[in-house]
Amino acid sequence: MNRASTAIDNLGRSVLRNVEEMGRILLLFISVLSWMIRPPLKLRLIFKQMEFVGVKSIFVVVLTGIFTGMVMALQGYHGFRMFSAESLVGSTVALGMTRELGPVLTSLMVTARAGSAMAAELGTMRVTEQIDALSVMAANPVKHLIVPRVIAGVLMVPVLTIVADFVGILGGYFVGVPVLGINSGIFVKNITRYVDLDDIYNGLIKAAIFGLILSLIGCYKGFNTSGGAEGVGKATTEAVVLASISILISDYFLTAIMF
Amino acid sequence: MIKIVDLHKSFGKQKVLDGVNLEIEEGKTTVIIGRSGGGKSVLLKHIIRLLKPDSGHVLVDGTDITKLNDKDLNEIRKKFGVLFQGAALFDSMTVGENVAFPLKEQTKMKDSEIRKIVADRLRAVGLTGIEEKMPSELSGGMRKRVGLARAIAMHPEIVLFDEPTTGLDPIMTEAIDNLIIDTQKNFNLTSIVISHDVESIFKVGHKIAMLHEGKIVEYGTPEEIRESRNPVLVQFLSGSTEGPIKII
Ligand SMILES: Nc1ncnc2c1ncn2[C@@H]1O[C@H](COP(=O)(O)OP(=O)(O)OP(=O)(O)O)[C@@H](O)[C@H]1O
Ligand SMILES: [Mg+2]
Repeated sequence: MNRASTAIDNLGRSVLRNVEEMGRILLLFISVLSWMIRPPLKLRLIFKQMEFVGVKSIFVVVLTGIFTGMVMALQGYHGFRMFSAESLVGSTVALGMTRELGPVLTSLMVTARAGSAMAAELGTMRVTEQIDALSVMAANPVKHLIVPRVIAGVLMVPVLTIVADFVGILGGYFVGVPVLGINSGIFVKNITRYVDLDDIYNGLIKAAIFGLILSLIGCYKGFNTSGGAEGVGKATTEAVVLASISILISDYFLTAIMF
Repeated sequence: MIKIVDLHKSFGKQKVLDGVNLEIEEGKTTVIIGRSGGGKSVLLKHIIRLLKPDSGHVLVDGTDITKLNDKDLNEIRKKFGVLFQGAALFDSMTVGENVAFPLKEQTKMKDSEIRKIVADRLRAVGLTGIEEKMPSELSGGMRKRVGLARAIAMHPEIVLFDEPTTGLDPIMTEAIDNLIIDTQKNFNLTSIVISHDVESIFKVGHKIAMLHEGKIVEYGTPEEIRESRNPVLVQFLSGSTEGPIKII
């Protein structure tokens, strides 16, 4: 009976811990919002983060998008051929990219690249007392460090998603038309026929929400780092894992609401 | 004036501050000494509320800062300049931007004025012309001095120095001690210095306080401290391994 009760005890504790952490992240979000509407915004810091999150992620996002589009076309082709519906390959790739894979894969790549960096950077600033130094100089750390990163995440992940959608469809086209021999006109026509603007918009709304999640969690983990270099490493790993999981879980619920 | 009343702080089971009582005189330099790991930095962080005590009070000009909201706390913090033990320079900014930071944040000075002040403060710490360098390109002692320049950039009313001369050569130590003494005199600063350097302590301090086992066990002028028969102080000043301060 002892072992069972310890197990239940531990389970209870970990549930409590997670709920508490979610509450803290929510509180941080509220504080970010309240600093966001208080001028002056630190434009220079925001642009710097937008460059870091957006411009510097383009390469990985293009690579991810193009190969995802290509493999979707390849897989879809083999499936659809069984029903002689090869002409639907283009629209399947386009729908899959705009609704799901564009936003999800983009935000996972940005999590790995920028979310982790946010945690590492803020974590280092925490353990080397730079965050303390900010507060002492009456400069609010949330305003200086977190607001620019969250704004950059919310704005740039959708932009990157547009890029991923576009190159993904392009990748699908290059595999579908020249390699697999689907008629080019039909490929394009079916895309415009089955893909609504709403699909794209909803995908971009998802992307913005994922951008919020990954930057908020990256900053939260970094901000609450303790325990030297080891602590920074731990915060970085936890940020990537928690952000990725949160993106995938929220994706399910967003899809359920939107489509 | 700063008054610390019955301050208690523990981290987990470890009691670090166990009823600290101390009055910091206005316009004077108070040196806090004590063994490494004894809680000096922790005490300093309570004075600007980077840490909240488990119990007790910190009064700055009569205001209990342990109970302030963020907005009022910010106003109080503008009176302070702080040199952290590890300098805590912003490593995403140049040296110049670091020293300029409090001026940019808290004043409406023109950029040209700020540049002049930055150059002046860097000259005072013996680092003329390194504005464009990044903190990662500096030695430990140089970083410390840039941190010092940043702490006094605003000419705050109160300055907290956490080991300003640790890691400096004897000549630089002398120069920094003099800088602390001069700025204190010229601007009538209230300053709190944490130091291990026995010579500096007597040179810089108007008052000296010894922190031991979470309490202030001795407080007085340099002369009183020098004459003190308190075994803790005797051992500390002579650097002996024998006595009430256990090294394990
Ligand atoms: N944030 C913290 N969390 C847990 N323990 C801490 C924290 N900060 C300090 N401590 C502990 O409090 C004690 C006092 O630390 P403090 O940094 O004040 O020492 P110190 O007197 O400044 O020493 P030194 O002269 O070496 O700088 C140490 O044992 C340290 O482990
Ligand atoms: Mg210390």
